[in-house]
Amino acid sequence: MTRDPRSETSGAPLLTVRAIEKFFPGVRALSGVSFDAARGEVHALLGENGAGKSTLIKIVSGVFPPDRGEVVVDGKPVDLARPDDARRAGIATIYQELLLFPELTVAENIFMGHAPRAGLGRLDWRAMRERTKALLASLEIHDLEAERIVGSLSIGNRQRVEILRALSQDARILIMDEPTAALTEYDVTRLFDIVRKLKARGVAVIYISHRLDEIFAIADRVTVLRDGAHVATKHVSETDATELVQLMVGRRIESLFPKITVPIGKPVLEVKDLERRPLTKTISLTVRAGEIVGLSGLVGSGRSELAQTIFGVTPADSGQIRIADQQVDIRSPAQARSLGVAYVPEDRGTQGLVRPMTVRENFSLAALGKIAFGGFIDRGAERKLASDGVRRFAVKASSLEQIAGKLSGGNQQKIVLGKWLANGPKLLILDEPTRGIDVGAKAEIHRLMGELAAQGLAILMISSELPEVLGMSDRVLVMREGRIVAEFSREEATQESIGAAMMGSHDNAEKAA
Amino acid sequence: MTTVTLTGTEADPRRWLKAFASQEALLAIAVIGLAIAVGLYNPRFLAARNLSDVLLGNAYIAVAAVGMSMVIISGNIDISVGALIGVLATISGTLAVNGAPAVVAWSAALVAGVLVMALQGVIIAYLRIPAIVVTLGMLSILKGGLISVTGGKWITDLPDDFHLADVEIFGTLPFPVFLMILATILAALWMRYSASGRAIYAVGGNAEAARLCGISQPRTIVMVFALHGLFAGAAALLYATQLRVIQSTVPPNLELTIITASVVGGVSILGGVGTVVGSTLAAVLIAEIASALVFIDVSPYWIRAVQGVLILVTVIADILRRRRMAGA
Repeated sequence: MTRDPRSETSGAPLLTVRAIEKFFPGVRALSGVSFDAARGEVHALLGENGAGKSTLIKIVSGVFPPDRGEVVVDGKPVDLARPDDARRAGIATIYQELLLFPELTVAENIFMGHAPRAGLGRLDWRAMRERTKALLASLEIHDLEAERIVGSLSIGNRQRVEILRALSQDARILIMDEPTAALTEYDVTRLFDIVRKLKARGVAVIYISHRLDEIFAIADRVTVLRDGAHVATKHVSETDATELVQLMVGRRIESLFPKITVPIGKPVLEVKDLERRPLTKTISLTVRAGEIVGLSGLVGSGRSELAQTIFGVTPADSGQIRIADQQVDIRSPAQARSLGVAYVPEDRGTQGLVRPMTVRENFSLAALGKIAFGGFIDRGAERKLASDGVRRFAVKASSLEQIAGKLSGGNQQKIVLGKWLANGPKLLILDEPTRGIDVGAKAEIHRLMGELAAQGLAILMISSELPEVLGMSDRVLVMREGRIVAEFSREEATQESIGAAMMGSHDNAEKAA
Repeated sequence: MTTVTLTGTEADPRRWLKAFASQEALLAIAVIGLAIAVGLYNPRFLAARNLSDVLLGNAYIAVAAVGMSMVIISGNIDISVGALIGVLATISGTLAVNGAPAVVAWSAALVAGVLVMALQGVIIAYLRIPAIVVTLGMLSILKGGLISVTGGKWITDLPDDFHLADVEIFGTLPFPVFLMILATILAALWMRYSASGRAIYAVGGNAEAARLCGISQPRTIVMVFALHGLFAGAAALLYATQLRVIQSTVPPNLELTIITASVVGGVSILGGVGTVVGSTLAAVLIAEIASALVFIDVSPYWIRAVQGVLILVTVIADILRRRRMAGA
């Protein structure tokens, strides 16, 4: 432990990111993050959802500029105002959702935007093909042809095309955002081969992944981010999975959630062996009246998919759902609603709010059946419903007739929540109820959740924020790869135990249900 | 961290101005202002005869624009309506000439309108094919079918009692103008106060949110198109009965004029926003401009260019408004 892992001494680093700060309206996304990467180094970035990894790589890729701090490449500060600036500085990024043109060939994709030219500005097709072949040969890729249409390739091969594209622009710094998320076992092995070849060539690789085993397999150093701040940088040889999980999740619970202890009643939702491929696999769970059950897990672990299956958006393939002791077969959201299920979706913008509508119209949208008589809406009842909602949820709007899309995120979320409660549900499913809203609105929503549970509502809360899960839940379920892998009572649940189950690190595997 | 909320609007001294700045108010001001301005230049423009001609000749466009507005608010579009009006007028006229009672001839147009549009709605909603493609196909079928079947012949010798446009309500109000006003008011009330009307706004404003609220998007779209067919049928009757003959063609680009009325009337081309009152006012304004051009000695051919400018201005204003909203 004599070396300081924060600044590698073997030569000047190729990329240095210094004291980056970034603010978004109402949120501080990054507060003074620094790290560096040397030639031929694989440097992993680790952190929970919302820790600031994406913001950081977007700054380094020139998607948006930092508010403070600088990016230094090869000892020279670079101004990364546009993605093109990053490209010229030798930085290439491979995003999770690959940015390729499926109708074009491998060669055309690789050279899109910087194709070799012959006279009079014509494309030099032959040079393009030759250079593609050379690139393929340099990485010893033999199962990919320059003339193939990219849309016909496997995900693994498409990713290789992206890597080749980066190399064709002489990228010296390659950022890979969760590159293995969609890959098969075999493709992961091949990806690692390529990463090792890039290392040998002196390329610096910034590798973002949730999978700890990969980080130990491929990375030299790892930097952990939490809540937009730099937590630690370690040599992988000098750390282990337990320590990394602790670094990732180990934050103090700063705000005290007003968790009220209420008597837990009868089961409201009972799910048994619920299946909906690919992301809901033999799920069984129970939520009781007055109980708040936290559903934890990484993005992509199948939490939202489970919620949507229970709510009938993507009806189950098999398994049983019982609501209030009644066997039900939920095939549509309308049916779920009439059974007393309410669902506040994760994505407020696309799934929850009708932005051009007024506050009043949004509040009544899920309850139109109750306030319409003979097909016509009782305006008095509607106004009452909306003004009750505004008061109960402390929505800050200038009037009921204000356009909902103009309100702040917290107030929009309160409307989406209120809209569902207007219907008098028995079971409330909340998907990331406080994502992206400010602290005040957050506390407000937590207070409301407590009140609702006290009134006997059963609440299933999906959340990526561990303090929220720990603070609000009577019980915590953890999902990984479409299954529930652990269950903790309020007393047993800790950041470490949930974090370990979420990541699937082995020392906690025996707790898996 | 302080909570940022919007509460200042009430104190905004320009609030009264904002009420005036609604699309409907602007259009009403434009309709009256233009009449006064052109009247000052050429008083003959304000002659009762001219004003009633303007309204009579264009009421069918306003009626069709009411249905079109509903379709666009629901997040769809229909470019087959112009051709459909021609077909429905011919069906109705053919029946009348062959001795069918006027009521039967009229009803046939309405029923056929609903059926054709509902069919398109089903294809759009249940097979999930973009409306622009479905209605483009229907446009060709209807146009081609009509010219082939009629051979381009006009229908003449229509019975007198067939001519709806000649009827006067309360002894003074010509039927086309009456129908335009009635259709607009009924549709406006329905859009504003009925649960189904609200569903149209919800589906057009955010289909996913509407679905999660238990509003069936396919059913709403089929309903919108069926209603649009009813208004198209009514428009066809006005069109068929305004002259003593029925041509087997409709004015070129009739569908575009109808869409222009909706869009200029404040109906957002992106769906979810707009009123039928606005579209009727815009239809009147466009007809008024076309007539005004003649009275100020400008070639009436300029009307297309004027329509184009109106469309671009309103759509740009709408998009800018939305962008500001998204940024809030």
